[in-house]
Amino acid sequence: MGAQLWLFAAQLGTVILVLAVAYRPLGDYMAFAYASPRHLRVERGFYRLIGVDPSSEQSWPAYVRAVLAFSTAGIVLLYALQRVQELLPWSLGLGPVNEALAFNTAVSFVTNTNWQSYSPEATLGFTVQFAGLAVQNFLSAAVGIAVAVALVRAFAARHSSTIGNFWVDVTRGTLRILLPLAAIAAVLLVAGGVVQNLDGFHTVTTLSGATQEIPGGPVASQEAIKIVGTNGGGYFNANSAHPFENPLPWTSMLQIILMLVIPFALPRTFGRLVNDNRQGYAIAAVMATFFVVSSTVMTLLELGGSGSAPRLAGAALEGKELRFGIVGSTLYGTSSTLTSTGAVNSMHDSYTALGGGMAMINMMLGEVAPGGVGSGLYGMLVIAVIAVFIAGLMVGRTPEYLGKKIRAREMTLASLYILTTPALVLAGTALSFAIPGVQADVTGTSIANPGLHGFSEVLYAFTSAANNNGSAFAGLTANTPWLNTALGVAMMLGRFLPIVFVLALAGSLAQQDPVPVTAGTLPTHRVQFGGLLIGTVVLVSALTYFPALALGPLAEGLLHS
Amino acid sequence: MSARRGSARQAWVALRALLLMTVALGIVFPLAITAIAQLAFPAQANGSLVRSDGRVVGSALIEQSFTTAKGVALPQWFQSRPSAAGAGYDGRASGGSNAGPESHSLLTAIAARRAAIEKSDGVTADRIPADALTASASGLDPDISPAYALLQVPRVAAARGLSESAVRALVESRIQGRELGYLGEPVVNVLELNIALAALK
Repeated sequence: MGAQLWLFAAQLGTVILVLAVAYRPLGDYMAFAYASPRHLRVERGFYRLIGVDPSSEQSWPAYVRAVLAFSTAGIVLLYALQRVQELLPWSLGLGPVNEALAFNTAVSFVTNTNWQSYSPEATLGFTVQFAGLAVQNFLSAAVGIAVAVALVRAFAARHSSTIGNFWVDVTRGTLRILLPLAAIAAVLLVAGGVVQNLDGFHTVTTLSGATQEIPGGPVASQEAIKIVGTNGGGYFNANSAHPFENPLPWTSMLQIILMLVIPFALPRTFGRLVNDNRQGYAIAAVMATFFVVSSTVMTLLELGGSGSAPRLAGAALEGKELRFGIVGSTLYGTSSTLTSTGAVNSMHDSYTALGGGMAMINMMLGEVAPGGVGSGLYGMLVIAVIAVFIAGLMVGRTPEYLGKKIRAREMTLASLYILTTPALVLAGTALSFAIPGVQADVTGTSIANPGLHGFSEVLYAFTSAANNNGSAFAGLTANTPWLNTALGVAMMLGRFLPIVFVLALAGSLAQQDPVPVTAGTLPTHRVQFGGLLIGTVVLVSALTYFPALALGPLAEGLLHS
Repeated sequence: MSARRGSARQAWVALRALLLMTVALGIVFPLAITAIAQLAFPAQANGSLVRSDGRVVGSALIEQSFTTAKGVALPQWFQSRPSAAGAGYDGRASGGSNAGPESHSLLTAIAARRAAIEKSDGVTADRIPADALTASASGLDPDISPAYALLQVPRVAAARGLSESAVRALVESRIQGRELGYLGEPVVNVLELNIALAALK
């Protein structure tokens, strides 16, 4: 175990080093991309074709309407593509996807969740994958960053009735940030062995004379944005454990870095846009603290290998790829569950009880450390608002953050934000076991591992859906009318309610004139505030989820330790 | 402008934006990447196919079975890890067992695999590494540990009438260390090992 811990330290160190090097240039570039007054020629042509004046600014309700209109159009188109799949070219002979599954999948990809109730190899042809799913991989990510930038602008604004132009933000995020990164990533992944072709399955006679079907497809182009956009929906059922999605240890390390790089650089963008880089460092340091602690704990638990099956086999290798090893699996699993990516290079359902519980806890933190692209930053800023409020209560001052007063309206919106996801997770899980007909279906059809672990599978599913993560305890058969619908609703409300609250908060912050900094102002760039923010994140999630965790992974882990 | 008219206008803008983005990101982007991939890295882009005696026998990245149709291990080939992809090693159904740490079916499977290896290779249970007893995440894991490969040397050599030292030397020459010394685990690619084995006379 000692040697494995050194490997872990070296791999974690590599990730931190690369992210630290990328922090300033990428963060500054993104700040420039969103703040620049100049439009590229291709962007001007795009605005003309869609009929938008890029120089006009939107109030927060108009920004909300644009987000919702764009996302609704995305859901409708993706649903329609799946329903008429047999008419599309390159459908590989696959028929239409049924209504409940098509709804679930459309919502899943538009909300940046990428929960998959289906097995892609057996369900989707090339056209739905690249013209439907991959497009939403880009656009849902761009929407997330746009909303975060709108909130940041509101902190920097003085007495403004507008928070930016959604169409400009989403276009720039796509064309200036996501597309170039995805193109570079795709070529690197192909060099490592990720396939990129337009062939279907290729039947070969194996060395020992059996037959095997080797899959093909435009995988690398989709894999790249799946990771860069913290989406996570696999081209194949095995996701990033599939050798054609993630062939080598270095491609796995590349994917870890790519899913973290934008979320960890966005605090710099925030610092730049509010003209105080120290604020960005504070947020990034809080995110990094969670990342280091969480990845270490999960790695120790998996290396420890408690539980009956890992002990019998000699190590917790069920559901893990040998080329990544345990350390390469847990570092990926932590990165993916802390960023709302939800890609997996190992099967979390087969983790030790407490190791799998860590994956759940990562998501339950609210996807803020560092969280999904954009959504992680706006989530953390909302919790920062709550943290300054708590600090204000302690000293009896009107709380303020970055010169903006946190009054009743701001606090109401922040509270609604943090209550939404836990309510969806806990209600969804509870209803799955409380409604008589549903309970029989969930325990009889959906759950793969009966007992405590089965409860964990359902809790994981709703945690993943409502937090827009998308990973799973994949033994759960989620392709049932109840789970497709309930998880679809959880994903939709878990994405768009918080976005509405964040944009409303942005609207009310933008209107304020900043108050001057005085000796009594709480400094929000020091270690003291970082500690307070960490405490607030833990408090908000721990108190909410502890009882549910106790019924699932904690009970299972303690009984069989 | 009323909110309702604003929404209708936004919907029309949204639809046009979505269709244009679909053309750019959903059609031009993947086709451009396909063209680059096919020109720059044709072998990788087409699945890292490998040949034996001039015939394509599979992909170096995709695990295949070396068993009879009924799943009994063929002694003359190095065996891959157990697979939960479909009925096993199914390229159309990648995935793991998703069995939890207390799963009875998993415990039974591990015990059965262990008994089979004890019998086929004449080794005691404590020498069998975990990768030989557990199914991977994809069910298509192309590698086994050096320990599992070396464990199989006497059986393979006997079945082929080769000397153990020759087969052991072949295995040792095929052990791939960690990338850069610290990424991943030391592995042996089973298909490539078996292709080299078939060429050994």
